[in-house]
Amino acid sequence: MTARVVVIQFPGSNDDRDALWALKALGADASLVWHAETSLPDGTGAVVLPGGFSYGDYLRAGAIARFAPVMEAVHTFAAGGGLVLGICNGFQILCEAGLLPGVLRPNASLSFICRDISLRVERTNTPFTSRCAAGQRLVIPVKHHDGAWFAPPELVAELDARGQILLRYEESPNGAVADIAAVTNETGNVMGLMPHPEHAVDPLLGSGDGALILASLLDAVRESATLALA
Amino acid sequence: MLVRPKEGILDPQGQAVEQSLRKLGFAVEQARVGRVVDVEVNASSAEEARERVEEMCRQLLANPLIESYEVEVHA
Repeated sequence: MTARVVVIQFPGSNDDRDALWALKALGADASLVWHAETSLPDGTGAVVLPGGFSYGDYLRAGAIARFAPVMEAVHTFAAGGGLVLGICNGFQILCEAGLLPGVLRPNASLSFICRDISLRVERTNTPFTSRCAAGQRLVIPVKHHDGAWFAPPELVAELDARGQILLRYEESPNGAVADIAAVTNETGNVMGLMPHPEHAVDPLLGSGDGALILASLLDAVRESATLALA
Repeated sequence: MLVRPKEGILDPQGQAVEQSLRKLGFAVEQARVGRVVDVEVNASSAEEARERVEEMCRQLLANPLIESYEVEVHA
């Protein structure tokens, strides 16, 4: 069974096609959905919000894209347990939309950062990291200006206790609180990360570690589709 | 309205401005950088205008996790 995944295109998304290519390379039935749509295609198994600079990052990164018509359908999909992955700007949008905890702030250095980064896998029994080994070190590139994830200390402690922190930077490039690179919502079906797994699916490009994240997601989609049929 | 980073929130822009001011010889304790949003609305009273603008801050203009806001109404 193939996994049906849609990638949302906002005005200013620029990694939508990279995400589409990577998902297809990993065997998904992937397609693009324009932000002005008010529903997701039938049979959608997962939604990916890609990287980029939706609405020019005006006001705050992701603050305006969260009002896109398609986001209501994404809210409903997530509330029903649907799998949603936000990458970089997608992560920023999910935080601003209240689908993920915290917010992404400008990097502490105020510089745009574009390089490979080392991450540590904090949990593996999730739809986004099932193909990773516990404590595994992943090399995946980041490229962002507003990547410093922030939440107040009480919230960080709660997220940690509930296992909502999936990836941490080995050395934080951006000033993120508690070196956090990826978080999930409380029910674990929505995840956001600043690094770009879609840019690391082939060792020819430097690393294939991003494929572990995306393939985990596709495994989870296929699994839930099989369960639905049974 | 004036939207700015809450006290205690790291403000790299403010820090950069603070350092530049010190380099110029100004005695500066702290600098913080926010943003001003000017909005024109048709309202029957200053109170009504203020309520509407505060709702705008809550829904879009400020993120309560990291930013505080102040509203000033001019008739």
